Amino acid sequence: MDIQGWTYLIIGLSFALYVAVAVIARVRSTAGFYVAGQGVPAVLNGMATSADWMSAASFISMAGLISFMGYDGSVYLIGWTGGYVLLALLLAPYLRKFGRFTVPDFMGDRYYSNIARVVGVICAIFVSFTYVGGQMRGVGIVFSRFLEVDINTGVVIGMAIVLVYTILGGMKSITYTQTAQYLVLIVAYLIPAIAISVQLTGNPIPQLGFGSRLETGENAGVFLLEAIDQIHRDLGFPEYTGAFAEGGKSRVDILAIALALMAGTAGLPHVIIRFYTVRSVHAARWSAFWALLFIGILYTTAPAVAAFARVNLVQTLHERAYDERPQWFKTWEQTGLIAWLDKNNDGLIQYGPGAAFVGNPTRLSDDEVTMRLGAWGEPLLANEATENDNELFVDRDIMVLANPEIANLPAWVVALVAAGGLAAALSTAAGLLLVISSSLSHDLGKKIFYPAMSERSELRWARVAAGVAVIIAGYLGINPPGFVAQVVAFAFGLAASSFFPAIVLGIFSKRTTREGAIAGMVAGFLFTGGYIFYFKTIVPASTAEDWWFGISPEGIGTLGMALNFAVAIVVSRFTAPPPPKIQEEIRRLRLPDEV
Amino acid sequence: MDPFMNDIDKPGKRLDAAGYWRANVRILSILLPVWFASGCLLSIVFVDRLNEFQVGGFPLGFWFAQQGTIVVFIVLILIYSLWMGRLDRRYGRRGKE
Repeated sequence: MDIQGWTYLIIGLSFALYVAVAVIARVRSTAGFYVAGQGVPAVLNGMATSADWMSAASFISMAGLISFMGYDGSVYLIGWTGGYVLLALLLAPYLRKFGRFTVPDFMGDRYYSNIARVVGVICAIFVSFTYVGGQMRGVGIVFSRFLEVDINTGVVIGMAIVLVYTILGGMKSITYTQTAQYLVLIVAYLIPAIAISVQLTGNPIPQLGFGSRLETGENAGVFLLEAIDQIHRDLGFPEYTGAFAEGGKSRVDILAIALALMAGTAGLPHVIIRFYTVRSVHAARWSAFWALLFIGILYTTAPAVAAFARVNLVQTLHERAYDERPQWFKTWEQTGLIAWLDKNNDGLIQYGPGAAFVGNPTRLSDDEVTMRLGAWGEPLLANEATENDNELFVDRDIMVLANPEIANLPAWVVALVAAGGLAAALSTAAGLLLVISSSLSHDLGKKIFYPAMSERSELRWARVAAGVAVIIAGYLGINPPGFVAQVVAFAFGLAASSFFPAIVLGIFSKRTTREGAIAGMVAGFLFTGGYIFYFKTIVPASTAEDWWFGISPEGIGTLGMALNFAVAIVVSRFTAPPPPKIQEEIRRLRLPDEV
Repeated sequence: MDPFMNDIDKPGKRLDAAGYWRANVRILSILLPVWFASGCLLSIVFVDRLNEFQVGGFPLGFWFAQQGTIVVFIVLILIYSLWMGRLDRRYGRRGKE
């Protein structure tokens, strides 16, 4: 069977599995719809949380990013795992004990204010929509590459699947579907990683192969990382393992980005609500442990995959004749995600630092069907060549998806990786859609506009809201606003500078008042949003010298968070303390779990 | 040896809520600095100094940033969960799965 046949088979089977699981776990109550009836065992919730958390970006893009960024890419690994420590130690157990359905619920009740609730709803919806558009796009990319359907058709198929299980079973279906999706995605990630580790280093554990000696190629006998550093020096790149090189990120910027990602991760509503679904505080702590363990399996593999991909890319392509290019190069060339521009007319692929040409590759063609080809049979590009010697364009996103082909693995592995990418995107999309749905039906509908609403009609509205959210998400996937890729990173900055301080203070400082929390959230959100907006749209070509304290827009959430804490604490000092009822509730939050 | 010996509630007495919370905060004040040291100091602030040491095929700072700190984070949450479970039992309320 060929790759396409296998892909139809494996993706078809995995989708059938998800829908079957969802139908079995369908629900009839709001508690079931929002928080899966609060009966999910800790290990299962940990697994669901890790699938919920690991998105198309983690599965498809992260290793590719690290592969091209070297040490600087560590910031994603540190930020996206370190956040779980904050979540486990500072937020999850207390939020579970507080025992509401959503994050805006906590805001509204702890800060005895519907304004705080609405601010919470706005932040939750904004963060979730920026994130979900990227997931739907990921679904479309996988479909178009592996099933050769139109990207938009792919998005619609993905929407239909998510729609079925979100509307049927809400959180309960999502939980059990996500555990299935975790298993699919982790197997799909590990098989090619192990195979490539064995091929390159002879060590079947990628985390160890990463630090082993190469067994093949011109650098056989040299440590993998040393070989990459040497290749980088030869080609003129900064060293792969070196930190804070000229032109790279500075120490303070990396620190700021890591902290913003950590606090942002801990403040993301779709991750937090997963901890409402377990039976007890004790189970909430343990599910944070299981979640990070399951995430850690992929996150410690990713940098190994990145290094393997780096050495493979350079060794197989640099100074290689174009007409002897490998098969995977040809298939990905069709998608426009890899391209070659022969600047010196020698027919060889030269790779080096800098972009080969301006922008993404645009082919020259006489009409829709025939492309214009160059002297070596390569598609000619309309792009303007740059001054440097680099002739190769590689989209970072293809490194994980092309990995099995680069390593000559059988067709079913390629298909499994496609199914894994879809599992990662769909599981995250479902979690985000539930946040949007519950924010609308529960926080706005039930808590603000119609407190008298019956459970049955709230559930109906939750389903309608989920349906509408899926359609908007699909629209964003088909017509992605140009800034989606950047915006996802900023969702973290915004979550870090709005939710995180408000929740931490709400638990650890009884004295934090309604006014303090709202002022802090608004200040943090406006400051961070304004800084990002300014440097991304008004002065897009900014450099470290323009930034405050040398902190890039990606890391500014850290300052926004500090501002939020400061404003909230100061304003709370000068406003009336929270009512006794709230103080009593916070006191109960700090007691040991009920037997 | 147990840092919480002083906080143990005697059987039959009322729940010592303040003692439980103090012990809880103390656990955080031990674990969070480890989180910061591993994720921010070893992996970022002092990474270039640590890179002068080589462990197997890894420069040490680079290894911390891409592998070690994730392991430290997982172990931290494990210790936290075990420790808090013990604290819950000490204070007479048993955690349940």
